[in-house]
Amino acid sequence: MAEELLKVEGLRAGIDGKEILRGINLTVREGEVHAIMGPNGSGKSTLSGVLAGDPRFSVNSGKATFHGIDLLTLSPEDRSHEGLFLSFQYPVEIPGVTMVNFMRAAVNAKRKYFKEPPLSAGDFLKLMRQKRAIVELDNKLASRSVNEGFSGGEKKRNEIFQMAVLEPRLSILDETDSGLDIDALRIVAGGVNKLKTDKNATIVITHYQRLLDYIKPDFVHILYKGKIVYSGGPELALELEEKGYDWIKQQVDAE
Amino acid sequence: MSSLKQYIDLYNENKLVFDQSPYAISQLRNHAIDFLARYIQKPSKEHVAYPELATEYFFAPDYGLNINRMQFAVDIAASFKCDVPNISTLLAVVVNDTFRPTALLEKNLPQGVTVCSLAHIAKTKPEWTSKYLNVLADDSTAASALNTLLLQDGVVIHISKGVKLDKPIQIVNIFNSTAPLMASRRILVVAEEDSSAKVLICDHSQLRDVEYLSDEVIEIFAEKGSNIEIYDIEESTTTTRRIRQVFCRQEAESAFTMMANTLSGGISINDFHVSSIGDNTHTHLGGLVIGALKQIVENKVNLVHDSRHSTSDQLFKYALFEESRGAFGGKIIVAEGAEFTDASQSNRNLLASDNARMATAPQLEIYCDEVKCSHGATTGQLDERALFYMQTRGIPQEEAKLMLTQAFMADVIESISFDIIRERLRFLVEKRLCGASATCSTGECSGCKTSNVN
Repeated sequence: MAEELLKVEGLRAGIDGKEILRGINLTVREGEVHAIMGPNGSGKSTLSGVLAGDPRFSVNSGKATFHGIDLLTLSPEDRSHEGLFLSFQYPVEIPGVTMVNFMRAAVNAKRKYFKEPPLSAGDFLKLMRQKRAIVELDNKLASRSVNEGFSGGEKKRNEIFQMAVLEPRLSILDETDSGLDIDALRIVAGGVNKLKTDKNATIVITHYQRLLDYIKPDFVHILYKGKIVYSGGPELALELEEKGYDWIKQQVDAE
Repeated sequence: MSSLKQYIDLYNENKLVFDQSPYAISQLRNHAIDFLARYIQKPSKEHVAYPELATEYFFAPDYGLNINRMQFAVDIAASFKCDVPNISTLLAVVVNDTFRPTALLEKNLPQGVTVCSLAHIAKTKPEWTSKYLNVLADDSTAASALNTLLLQDGVVIHISKGVKLDKPIQIVNIFNSTAPLMASRRILVVAEEDSSAKVLICDHSQLRDVEYLSDEVIEIFAEKGSNIEIYDIEESTTTTRRIRQVFCRQEAESAFTMMANTLSGGISINDFHVSSIGDNTHTHLGGLVIGALKQIVENKVNLVHDSRHSTSDQLFKYALFEESRGAFGGKIIVAEGAEFTDASQSNRNLLASDNARMATAPQLEIYCDEVKCSHGATTGQLDERALFYMQTRGIPQEEAKLMLTQAFMADVIESISFDIIRERLRFLVEKRLCGASATCSTGECSGCKTSNVN
């Protein structure tokens, strides 16, 4: 069996004293794609935020182990260096910081973490060029401020571009399909698929089955009221698409 | 007792020495002393953001004055530890309040350009001097009257009619004294019709623990069609106080730019008085402030539009760290009959620490219809979402803060049209931000490597 990459055990977390995650258990192994689905407010984005180290959330109990490391004690930047990547549902605009400076700082910070010298200008530009091609990202965006004035599709493609550059071991894609038209969706999903190896893993967080037509999950989990209430194979997503979330809600609420 | 009185007493005790100044200077003192005597009896009401900015507080310490014109040895190079590639300028140094030309200055000055000592001009060209000196400042404030009272030397920049000077003139103000010292500094700029020039003013203090006070007045005559740009970069020590009052009169079709950039200092006050008296002028005022430790920086603007079809814009930005405090008071007055004035003013501030403070008061007074005016101020903190986003990409928090602060300052730096000064300032700001964000009280930031930020 493939190596265990992420193991979340009994994770409870919340915001402003309000508990949102009420005991999450999840194991992700190398080479796997997991989909986490669930109705609005079930805690999907909280889970991705907590795993990435978003300071707005506080962890109450439980743990998350990332290839043997206690993930929850690391700073967000060190989580990134260790191979965790979060694709934001709403990528943040950073006026005045150009994409190229942003990426250079990111790449070299990671190299510094692993005690490697900064990338030369030539190698850096070559890397950018290669990775841009994966999501067909326009070269013109490099000199623009990070995400500023980008269209919805450009923002999401930019997320996958950053993912391609940083080569994470585990990527969490938070509602990557929201705000995308069908062509952009195909490009973004195509990028994710190109980056897939048997050594890395992906967690896809989504409302809809639609994205899963392009990124085929090995496992589908249903998150409801802060817990994973149902896990299954890809067929579970199809079942949800057909029946909606109500049957899950009824089942859980009846217990 | 008023803190100003000690300087009047000092003046009276040394009147004989002061009387040795050229007549064009010494004749101005009676008016100044009358003003100050009246001021002490009945000080004009000051609205200050912080008590330290009040005249009484500002001039309270008993500084010495170099009345007898003792010459201080100054190693200019020692004050230029800026790691900036040398730019080719027409360089003059003001040591405390004394003008010192550099060896090559006179040789390099083109025809029609004068950069020399005020005392020298006052002696050799008394009539010319009297035509300009103190005409704009006119002892209208306590600080400027005090400057007139104690004035012994300064800098004169004169650009003759039609002369376009490409090379920037650079004035380096240096404090050098082992004892606390006050300097009355004066710069007189006369830009004749259709002339243009750029001036870079740099402020330094040599000794870290000695208290210095600079009481400076700059008078600028921008005659018809002239274009004057002044860039000021202050890198003083925390024990230096500076009040710089700028008086500029713009005739028709003239353009005046002044940017005050305070990178370090103790208490810094920049007080701009600009009046547009001829049609179709343009005024561009602005600057940036990087505050750290207990630094206090104030920029005040009093811009009077008294002409038609004139435009002005202002952009002042502050990034305040640690316990630093900033103040901005900007007033635009559009006088009666100043039709088609287009004036804008913006003050934006970043509080990078919980203990930093900002007080801002943008003001507009419009006595005319048919004008377009805007003003605004914002004060905020670094965007937490942007910080987290950068961190998730592996950029360490401190570096992310630095990048965001630089990004905040980017537009005011970009607004400098003169590329050499723009790049120099960009470099100095980056260097300063390393020091500020690393809570570095010495202002030096040898441990900070930002090469990967570029």
